[in-house]
Amino acid sequence: MIELIEVTKRFGRETAVDAISLRIERGELCALVGTSGCGKSTTLRMINRLIEHSEGEVHLEGRQVREFDEQVLRRRIGYVIQSTGLFPHWTVARNIGLVPRLLKWPRAKVEARVEELMTLLGLPQEQFAGKYPHQLSGGQAQRVGVARALAADPDILLMDEPFGALDPITRESLQLELRDLQSRLHKTIVFVTHDMDEALALADRLVVMRAGRIVQQGTPLELLRDPVDDFVASLLGGNDRGLKETTLLRVGERMQPLSPRLLPQARVHRDATLRQALAVMFREHADRLAVVDDDDMAVGELSLRRLVGARRDE
Amino acid sequence: MNESSVSRAPLSAAWRIWRGPMVWCGLLLALTLGMAGLEPVFRWIEPGSRQVIYPHADFLPLLGRHLLVVAVASLLAILLGVAAAVAVTRPAGRDFLPLVAQFASMGQTFPPVAVLALAVPVLGFGTWPIIVALLLYGLLPIVRNTLAGLSGIAPGVMESARGMGMSDAQRLWQVELPLAAPVILAGIRTSVTVNIATAALGATVGASNLGAPIISGIVNGNTAYVLQGALLIGLLALAVDSAFERCQRLLQGRA
Repeated sequence: MIELIEVTKRFGRETAVDAISLRIERGELCALVGTSGCGKSTTLRMINRLIEHSEGEVHLEGRQVREFDEQVLRRRIGYVIQSTGLFPHWTVARNIGLVPRLLKWPRAKVEARVEELMTLLGLPQEQFAGKYPHQLSGGQAQRVGVARALAADPDILLMDEPFGALDPITRESLQLELRDLQSRLHKTIVFVTHDMDEALALADRLVVMRAGRIVQQGTPLELLRDPVDDFVASLLGGNDRGLKETTLLRVGERMQPLSPRLLPQARVHRDATLRQALAVMFREHADRLAVVDDDDMAVGELSLRRLVGARRDE
Repeated sequence: MNESSVSRAPLSAAWRIWRGPMVWCGLLLALTLGMAGLEPVFRWIEPGSRQVIYPHADFLPLLGRHLLVVAVASLLAILLGVAAAVAVTRPAGRDFLPLVAQFASMGQTFPPVAVLALAVPVLGFGTWPIIVALLLYGLLPIVRNTLAGLSGIAPGVMESARGMGMSDAQRLWQVELPLAAPVILAGIRTSVTVNIATAALGATVGASNLGAPIISGIVNGNTAYVLQGALLIGLLALAVDSAFERCQRLLQGRA
């Protein structure tokens, strides 16, 4: 668990972070969002003390981060940055094994852990272990970056725009992988991004920052439905907010039991998002869809009225 | 049969890499030991003189002392230069960065002859003044390149090294110096090569090295002596420079 109490950071006369309080629960993925210069990266770095806070208290598992030895603290916290920061003169395997070696794990244990992580991140050992960072694609390099951060099995992961430099397709696949990974590992993750779609797709909780202060925090749905002011509303996409909401909800949540009416031709999977269902309707010029399961068996139906959340279907 | 092909492979690879420097070294040694064999050539160049091969010392000890002076001065320059550049890039020493950079570039503008003239009254005649002059003269390329190498490291690499929990010493030895090594080595190469040539000036203050035939030749108007010293110094510089070039290539091939 991470807790910030009235934390302020000043650089000279500038106040980068202004008395913010924030609690991040164990196993939660919390996204800090906001425009550039709003203090989100500074906030992140005060957690592993790459930046020392000026006032207030930063707690980690109930202890102030100032009480930890800097290096001990950082070796307990995974850290992923946009430029990956892989060491160009080290192989992939050596890069991943960095923190375990710093912690003086026995060699065999380091090797086993590196192998385990490469498998976990979809980097086949025989293909990648001996490669150097410049031989990797952007997506592969950031996978190595994530593997390196996870190497010593830290409870906490700090990610500073980890996928910001990747092309949209690679970014999306890494986002999916991170979500998948998180559902298995249950790390406490603090994630900085200015990509709203990324934040909405990944975060359990969003923290919107502006000029060093927290403007609003809550689940993605709460923020989309109830932005506290125009700034949050426009950050979340203005009138696009409705569409963004459809990406957070699943067809299964809105579908109805099969009716005696003729089943429509157009179909959509139960686990698809409402946005995907909407796309199918638009493409097929249909206002009713059959909802199917993995075996392509119809399990329900979804009308446009239900999809948009109107109280009653006729 | 298998064994021999295995053991031969790395040997031939090493030969391919070190062929250039070894050829220059061979030429240098051959000329050092067999200068007398070229007597007819030098007699043709310098027909008026009775003596055409430098008579006061064998060339091998001259070469040895030349190398020793350059090696001592360069080692000191490397230690001092790298240490100074590292020190002023640490948070504690950053205030001295402009001063050191300035001092190092002044070292280069200062003519080595002037350093010699200033050093002789303090250190006396012989080998020490030339070592001091070479040391000062060789510092600049090393300091400048070490500074450039250290500051050329991607900020993300340094940030993640810190963020992963590496100590200052671990960052320096495992990340900064290895990454700056190719640039530092280029500076050492320049420094050593220039010093091989400059060391000849030592002969003017009584150091006996490959500069001695040159000075003696100038004083006595004997072109053959000058040529003998210059040839050997040139070959030495080429041999050392090509060895450095190979080292640089090996270092770059690594990453």
